[in-house]
Amino acid sequence: MTFISNLINGISLGSVYAIIALGYTMVYGIAKMLNFAHGDVIMIGAYTSFCMTTYVGMSPVVSVVVAMAVCTILGSLIEAFAYKPLRKATSLAVLITAIGVSYFLQNMALLIWGSTPKTFSSVVPNSSIALFDGKLIITYESIITIIACILIMVVLTLFTKKSKMGKAMRAVSEDKEAAELMGINVNVTISITFAIGSALAAIAGVLLCSAYPVLVPTTGSMPGIKAFVAAVFGGIGSIPGAMVGGILLGIIEIFSKSYISTLLSDAIVFAVLILVLLIKPTGILGKKITEKV
Amino acid sequence: MNKIKSLNKSTLTNIKSYGLVVLAFIILFPMQNMGLINHSISGLLVPICAYVVMAISLNLTVGFLGELSLGHAEFMSVGAFSSVVVSICLQEAIPSGPLRLLVAIAAGGICAGLAGFIIGIPVLRLRGDYLAIVTLAFGEIIKNIINCLYIGVDGSGLHFSMKDIASLGLTNGKIILNGPQGAVGITKLSTFTAGIILIIFALFVVLNFVNSKSGRAVTAIRDNRIAAESLGISVTRYKLTAFIISAALAGMAGALFAMNFSTIAAKKFDFNTSILVLVFVVLGGMGNIPGTIIATALLYTLPELLRFLNDYRMLIYAIVLIIVMLLRNSERAKQIINRMICTFKFNKSGGKGDEGNV
Amino acid sequence: MKAMSKMVPYPSNSIVPERDIDKRPILETHHLGIDFGGLTALDDLSLTVGRTEIAGLIGPNGAGKTTVFNLLTNVYQPTRGDIMLDGKSTAKKNSAQVCRMGIARTFQNIRLFSNMSVLDNVKVGLHNSIKQNLFSSLTHGFGYRNSEKKSRERALELLDFFNMTDMAEAEAGSLPYGAQRRLEIVRALATNPGIILLDEPAAGMNPSETSELMDNIKKIRDTFNIAVLLIEHDMNLVMNICEGICVLDHGKVIAKGTPDEIKSNPVVIEAYLGKKKEAN
Repeated sequence: MTFISNLINGISLGSVYAIIALGYTMVYGIAKMLNFAHGDVIMIGAYTSFCMTTYVGMSPVVSVVVAMAVCTILGSLIEAFAYKPLRKATSLAVLITAIGVSYFLQNMALLIWGSTPKTFSSVVPNSSIALFDGKLIITYESIITIIACILIMVVLTLFTKKSKMGKAMRAVSEDKEAAELMGINVNVTISITFAIGSALAAIAGVLLCSAYPVLVPTTGSMPGIKAFVAAVFGGIGSIPGAMVGGILLGIIEIFSKSYISTLLSDAIVFAVLILVLLIKPTGILGKKITEKV
Repeated sequence: MNKIKSLNKSTLTNIKSYGLVVLAFIILFPMQNMGLINHSISGLLVPICAYVVMAISLNLTVGFLGELSLGHAEFMSVGAFSSVVVSICLQEAIPSGPLRLLVAIAAGGICAGLAGFIIGIPVLRLRGDYLAIVTLAFGEIIKNIINCLYIGVDGSGLHFSMKDIASLGLTNGKIILNGPQGAVGITKLSTFTAGIILIIFALFVVLNFVNSKSGRAVTAIRDNRIAAESLGISVTRYKLTAFIISAALAGMAGALFAMNFSTIAAKKFDFNTSILVLVFVVLGGMGNIPGTIIATALLYTLPELLRFLNDYRMLIYAIVLIIVMLLRNSERAKQIINRMICTFKFNKSGGKGDEGNV
Repeated sequence: MKAMSKMVPYPSNSIVPERDIDKRPILETHHLGIDFGGLTALDDLSLTVGRTEIAGLIGPNGAGKTTVFNLLTNVYQPTRGDIMLDGKSTAKKNSAQVCRMGIARTFQNIRLFSNMSVLDNVKVGLHNSIKQNLFSSLTHGFGYRNSEKKSRERALELLDFFNMTDMAEAEAGSLPYGAQRRLEIVRALATNPGIILLDEPAAGMNPSETSELMDNIKKIRDTFNIAVLLIEHDMNLVMNICEGICVLDHGKVIAKGTPDEIKSNPVVIEAYLGKKKEAN
């Protein structure tokens, strides 16, 4: 039974990683940049939801919507001010700028909310379902997280496959110049991708803090890095890849925590990533890119 | 004529780099001794030296080899902790401080170089962003392992454990590495002079390497891997060589850094440290060694200089970083700057013209 | 300058110049082929190049010519068949190793080390003939100066061959197009090869540059006493300087022979020149 409960916990944590990883992977796929500030957008999302419920007294569900709106605006602003001018710059320059944005967001949060941890009250009812005479306990949080993850996955896949904007996104990620020649507004497409990724980050932030209710300005950093790892794990640029990578990462993390060592769990997660990349250098679902001579 | 020109280019870089360091020493050393430097800045001198060495060594990987490493601090960490262990173990055997420091730094360099070799073999098979993420992963792994590592020394030698102090089974011994608390009981051996000597050593190694057969091979691989291979250059071998040299120097920097404090924890060398050094390299200029030295010294002291801004200082730092990146890389910013320069020149020449008319 | 010598059949599968018949051919391929996924990019290529031959590899776009070069330099590993370089098989070697066995190449899309000086580009070509170990690299002592001086002299000598000494210190990426193509050849020659592969050396050149190139190719063969295998679309160049020609179409050899034989071969005209007529 502990195995099943661990598995469910793993999938639940993995779902959060998957949602964050989706943001990473979409932005990478389309703008070919590692958006290191993504983890901090998560943190802003969580703080927003926290403020809305604690100070304004909104219902948790409404607070999530507000957080999504705030993060979408924030993501678009970051994109417009920091990344858009660097469209033609080297990827390293964009990376450093993203790091600057990440510092900026963290210190902004530090100024606004201080360094004392805020206790995040979960957005979902704090109860659980007991199965098999209480041997298996599943929290509502886990269930909601997993359902949210599946929903987002389905909606995003449909969006990229069917909608006009989604098709434009795929076209831009394949070949920017060609897409532009076909009349696609590349800049708008990239901005919308950022907006969607940031909205997802808000959901991820709320879900993450519902499970781990300590909120500090650096809350987003480590989950951000791990989600990035998950995106690479699954094959960066691929939406199903981010999903598979995120969930696998969550399962590995929870299992190594409960069966091997709590302290070494991160090391194990990263070691598995290295192994996967050595066997399949483009990740589990990544496409092989061959260099033309 | 051509000969002189070619000599000039690399010699000029050499003169600039060494000159800068020597000049800094000549100015700062007496000032420090006379107590003219404010205490908080004076305490930064050794860390700055360590970070300059870090930045020079990372520039070898990022600037000359052209591979993005997000885990350079891991080598600093390996160097720091191995040097601490060595220096504490040799406390009796080598009573002379500077000599023990030298041995410790060498040990740090060797251990980090070894780590560079072990990590480099799998890492250098990957390209681009994948290489970046794997270096990041290795950095986290090393941080995590050191966080769980307990080392002690007693009459019967070194004791290791991954559990706790009790399981070390020390009899009348000394704890060196105490898990998450890191290394404890370090004798401060690092001095500003030692730091400057280490920088000069790093410059010597990197500048010589770059201006040699091996260095040309490395730059060729960066510029065009396929062409370099077609000319008979073994890509793996030279990539690995550069990576190991870079790791060993980072290890030495770590040793210098660690020997400046009485305790040091693994979290001091995390992902953020790697990123910090990367920022120094990018702002200093990829493949630009004198630029890297200046950028490191300035950016490392900047938060300290901004201390009067209190809580706002890191925010200002972040904003400065973003603005500098935008100004240096944005097309529009370049256009605006060019236009400003043009207007300026135009005004100047226009003014001259007027004078001529008069 | 060596006169065009008569082409005679070589026992295994092809023709070589008469003067080379007693020597082992520099390059031989036997039933070479490669598949990409399910697509056969090249099939059953058997080729022989004599030690001092100037050979041509021609064919319409997409015929698989550059693929042949990539196979010969082990950028790709063949699916079928084998390659003998100076009598030794190149199977399971990487690009760097086959280069050391004596094959050098240029690229269709120029691949210079554009941030390095012209001189340094050639020095990279001299890499394996420079005797300098890592220790002397790091210390700049122990024979460093001597080896650098030698490599510099050799590099300037090679550049002089193509009248490029005055550009030695320029950045390679800043050179005009024609000079970049020439530099690529010089760099390849610096590896001291037994055969040099030129991938469309005349692409983008005007007629006077092309005729200079033709002289240069002959000069390369005569001075360095090596073989040249070239891919080219400029028929004037091919028919004028190549001794043996191999025609590829859709990954298959459709004709082999002397320029005169190729010119009058109806299959070649249909596959190659015929298309041109249609286009006109």
